[in-house]
Amino acid sequence: MKSSRLPAIVFALVVVFLYVPILFLVVNSFNEARFSSTWTGFTLKWYAALFDPRNRDLWEATQRTLLIAISSSAVSMVLGTLSACALHWYRTKLQRLNYGMIYLPIIIPDLLMGISLLLFFVALGVTLGTMTILIAHITFCASFVTVVVLGRLQGFDESVIAAARDLGATRWVAIRRVILPLLAPGIVAGGLLSFTLSVDDYVITFFVTGPGSTTLPLKIYSMVKHSTELPLINAISTIFLVVTFLIVWWSQKLTRDQTAKSH
Amino acid sequence: MIRRKNEAILTAPTLLWLILFFVVPSIAMVVISFRPASMYGGVGEGWTLDAWRALGNPNYPVILWRTVWLSLVTTLICLALALPIAFVLGKMQGKWRAILLMIVIVPFWTNFVIRVAAWRILLHPEGMLRQGLISLGIIGPDTLLLYNEGAVLMVMVYTYLPFAILPLYAAAERFDYSLLEAARDLGASGFTAVTRVFIPGISRGLLTAMALVLIPALGSYVIPDLVGGPGDEMIGNKIAQRTLGDRNLPQAATLSVALLVITLIPMIVVYYLNRRERTHPA
Repeated sequence: MKSSRLPAIVFALVVVFLYVPILFLVVNSFNEARFSSTWTGFTLKWYAALFDPRNRDLWEATQRTLLIAISSSAVSMVLGTLSACALHWYRTKLQRLNYGMIYLPIIIPDLLMGISLLLFFVALGVTLGTMTILIAHITFCASFVTVVVLGRLQGFDESVIAAARDLGATRWVAIRRVILPLLAPGIVAGGLLSFTLSVDDYVITFFVTGPGSTTLPLKIYSMVKHSTELPLINAISTIFLVVTFLIVWWSQKLTRDQTAKSH
Repeated sequence: MIRRKNEAILTAPTLLWLILFFVVPSIAMVVISFRPASMYGGVGEGWTLDAWRALGNPNYPVILWRTVWLSLVTTLICLALALPIAFVLGKMQGKWRAILLMIVIVPFWTNFVIRVAAWRILLHPEGMLRQGLISLGIIGPDTLLLYNEGAVLMVMVYTYLPFAILPLYAAAERFDYSLLEAARDLGASGFTAVTRVFIPGISRGLLTAMALVLIPALGSYVIPDLVGGPGDEMIGNKIAQRTLGDRNLPQAATLSVALLVITLIPMIVVYYLNRRERTHPA
């Protein structure tokens, strides 16, 4: 059968399209030139400039971003694990409602989630800041953790729980010694996903942030928007890229190891 | 009784959280759209249709239409690019399939703002690409690569492409490729085999891909703001301006409710078609 080359050609072109802007950014972070119009030589000065005291606000934004990401992942891991167990073990009307509620925050455009939370906070007279960002991030991360943990639960051998109970384990011991260790890789993978989503978020944070609560994506955005310090953006972005790759790679590895083990 | 109590303990925390911070805010948004704006940028007392009437202002219908149009074109291009990719990936076996899938997905692990920023830097008027194209005589010295509708479309396709690739790939993975050979043996051309056998075979993935691109595309705000010009604004830009620019929260709420209604259309269509397909399998 003569098969067309067209799909393979489209594939190759799309891969080029996907990588060009990112590679351009990484390469330019080592470019001596201030405007990326020419290559004038290799330098690490833009990376060094990140540590300049002038750019302290970048580090403050990074710290706040990490604080929000870690706290929102921790809370979402608890919420998501509980609701995944509820969805998996019960087939009631309540769970049908619960299922819809879990999926809506994932489907709805994040802009709508941001604006509705802002209006809600304004109506209640809540001061906007780190706390409101945290609440917003937990609201979308909990759904993602639920979906990841639910996926793990579906490949779960229920008979081990029955076995533990038969051998005299109390309900609490069965949860702590059997269910949680088996679910742990799924919970951690969900937590890492939350972490990356929280660090990644611009749109929702933009709406619910208050004065003085800048996160790294907000900071990068305003630098990009006003075209200030473009080479610095290249350097921050490259570091950001490397860190995200490591986290996602780790979470993928956890998911894969678990799938491999359950077979 | 114990089962019911356990179910409540497991369900309540997340469900209550989502009711408080997702459902109630959505209702608040609808309510505020019927309130007047207060002098100092808050929400006033009483009820009014002012914000809804303002949607008739010639500005908004144009922007609403542009939002729908750009999102539909983005969806079409994403599907057109994702189909051959899913076709190739689905046909592959073993290790290569995993490697190629990784190659396609890895760029999307990067931060969204950084990805859009990367395009802005690449297409920048002072940038290497534009200067190079000018010196090669491909574009005139007055042509801008940035701040136009083409740039917005390209970056939207760039951003939403994985949402089309993943569901199509999942469907192609389950597709039986020997059906295509059968169609060819029966005299169908390659094109006919793809349009009459492959595409109907992965229709469910196609539907999911369509919704997953269209819905977030309708809510775009960052992309037109960073790579578009003043004439490329989408509804998201107007919502952000009414919220943080001139602080007219009821107007922002009205625009958001309009956006919500528009995004509900593809959601309902996909839900309905999916259900029909489950009850009447092709």
